[in-house]
Amino acid sequence: MHKEASIREPLILGDKSYHDITEDVCRPIENDAPKAWYLMITIAGLVAMWGIGCILYLIGTGIGTWGLNKTVGWAWDITNFVWWVGIGHAGTLISAVLLLFRQKWRMAINRSAEAMTIFAVMMAAVFPGIHMGRIWVAYWVFPLPNQFGSLWVNFNSPLLWDVFAISTYFSVSLVFWYIGLIPDFATIRDRVTRPVAKKIYSILSFGWTGNAKAWNRFEIVSLVLAGLATPLVFSVHSIVSMDFATSIVPGWHTTIFPPYFVSGAVFSGFAMVLTLLLIMRKAMHLENYIHVKHVEYMNIVIIVTGSIVGVAYITELFISWYSGVEYEAYAFINRATGPYWWAYWSMMTCNVISPQLFWFKKLRRNLAFTFVLSLVVNIGMWFERFVIIVTSIHRDYIPSSWTMFHPTWVDIGVFIGTIGIFFFLFLLFARFFPVLALNELKSILKSSGENYKEGFGYGEGYWDKHAHHEEIDESKNDNNDSND
Amino acid sequence: MADKVIYAMYDDDDVLKDGAKMLVGKGVHVADVYSPFPIHGIDPIIGVKHTRLGINAFLYGLTGTTLAIIAINYFMIQDWPMNIGGKPSFSMLENLPSFIPIIFEFTVLCAAHGMAITYLLRNKTLPGMPARNPDPRTTDDKFVMEVRVNENTQFSGDELQAMIKETGIIEIEERELQGS
Repeated sequence: MHKEASIREPLILGDKSYHDITEDVCRPIENDAPKAWYLMITIAGLVAMWGIGCILYLIGTGIGTWGLNKTVGWAWDITNFVWWVGIGHAGTLISAVLLLFRQKWRMAINRSAEAMTIFAVMMAAVFPGIHMGRIWVAYWVFPLPNQFGSLWVNFNSPLLWDVFAISTYFSVSLVFWYIGLIPDFATIRDRVTRPVAKKIYSILSFGWTGNAKAWNRFEIVSLVLAGLATPLVFSVHSIVSMDFATSIVPGWHTTIFPPYFVSGAVFSGFAMVLTLLLIMRKAMHLENYIHVKHVEYMNIVIIVTGSIVGVAYITELFISWYSGVEYEAYAFINRATGPYWWAYWSMMTCNVISPQLFWFKKLRRNLAFTFVLSLVVNIGMWFERFVIIVTSIHRDYIPSSWTMFHPTWVDIGVFIGTIGIFFFLFLLFARFFPVLALNELKSILKSSGENYKEGFGYGEGYWDKHAHHEEIDESKNDNNDSND
Repeated sequence: MADKVIYAMYDDDDVLKDGAKMLVGKGVHVADVYSPFPIHGIDPIIGVKHTRLGINAFLYGLTGTTLAIIAINYFMIQDWPMNIGGKPSFSMLENLPSFIPIIFEFTVLCAAHGMAITYLLRNKTLPGMPARNPDPRTTDDKFVMEVRVNENTQFSGDELQAMIKETGIIEIEERELQGS
């Protein structure tokens, strides 16, 4: 058994046994859903349907229904794409990078963060898809033999790199998530009594057995997939940033984009994880598993990545002047003081200044404050992408073509719609899937569970001599004095 | 004569591990262990060899890299070279830097999916497969050790049961072995 210093805060609070963990996670799946769930999924469903309606209208009528014009050819669509891909970075970062660093607190949040990742990447993929205009020929992005004189896709282009990066990222994240889910589906399979549910979970659990060899393979697969997913996470957002960085547009043509985008992605991803989990832990009574310490750890990631993003903003600004390129300098002066100054300063306030408040321990351990700040960061990161994309191109080299971007109701409808679809999917996940990684939590119960750490009131180290949970519980009340 | 198999159930992973160590020390062969989560350190005790899936993943990755290089070389250099932004289009080596992202992505794609598929096949876990754990509680909080009588011919069934009962079990059950 892996030992953990007693000074570390326990990760699982309360007097939990292995069975309690199963109970706590399976209860919301086995019981009827609360009214609030029906209310939320109805709202999300309506918004999602509105979004799908907007998308169908867009496909039927054409890209002209967006507010794009001759000067601003990319606006909300690509902003939303990058925003969603960024959000989709936290899940795999949590489950892969934190697995390699052996951060055990990841186990309470990785499952839902990965679900969030998968849904966010799906939402991201909507935007380049519909931006093509003719979505029925979307398969042309793949190098397929064709009747146009075998004209191949351009492997030099960052847009094609994106196709490969996003599809690899999506499918690998999905597989990583599902491989972790199989043993937990088996737990539900072996518990549920309703025949339909039993049948469904038995199919979903793939006949998982849980024998020693299967676990041996499970562990190596998790480790190797984490090792593969780690460079993948970094490559995906680097490649997204290269969509801009390899162009020659002032404001986009920046070599710091890859690390800047990756940290921004982690930053926004963690903010979205916090937004979702702070509600979920309350609604599903998971306060013992996702508690203040977990939130604090995530807030520390937010300070670090938020500060990297801040340094990147300032570096960009400095280099635009230091480079001596007037066009580059103007792009940045225009961002900060031009007609889009409000977007620039919203971005600066939300992403650079507000996360610094987490240096105060009181604030980063305050759940209500964290929730508000996570929303602020989500908004700020949307503005970051808007600022980078629109303010760089709305005033180009010919002042006569300078213009502004005005979103139409289709722009707004599609964006709001993807938020609806995202929440609809996440609510379905929270209702029918094990939202915590059961098997992983059980494996850290003895090293990081509160009661095991405190030796059941007998002081530290008691657990090593007395293995049986039940026996201890019986005699616990007799001599509580020997505590400590 | 059908073979008999003994299932001993424990409610703690460390007790099972100690029990397995003791039984193996006496020369008993433990066929398998079923648990709700990986018990670290059980594999060397009951003689489960370390999986070679990691090597598999490497080979799948290597296949991906090779395929990507061959394909891109054919598409971009041999079949239809194009002058795109003045990038060198007649030499794979000179054009390689801008092909690296896709070669990398394809390597990861092949390694991850190849490994995942191999993992599912080797574990015999596929959609619709029947569950083969001896007791439904082994996916919740119980740990089951499987000892086969015909793999331990030096002991009788009763001797085996007696030895297992000393290891802190909570339940023991003898069943006729089905199938293999």
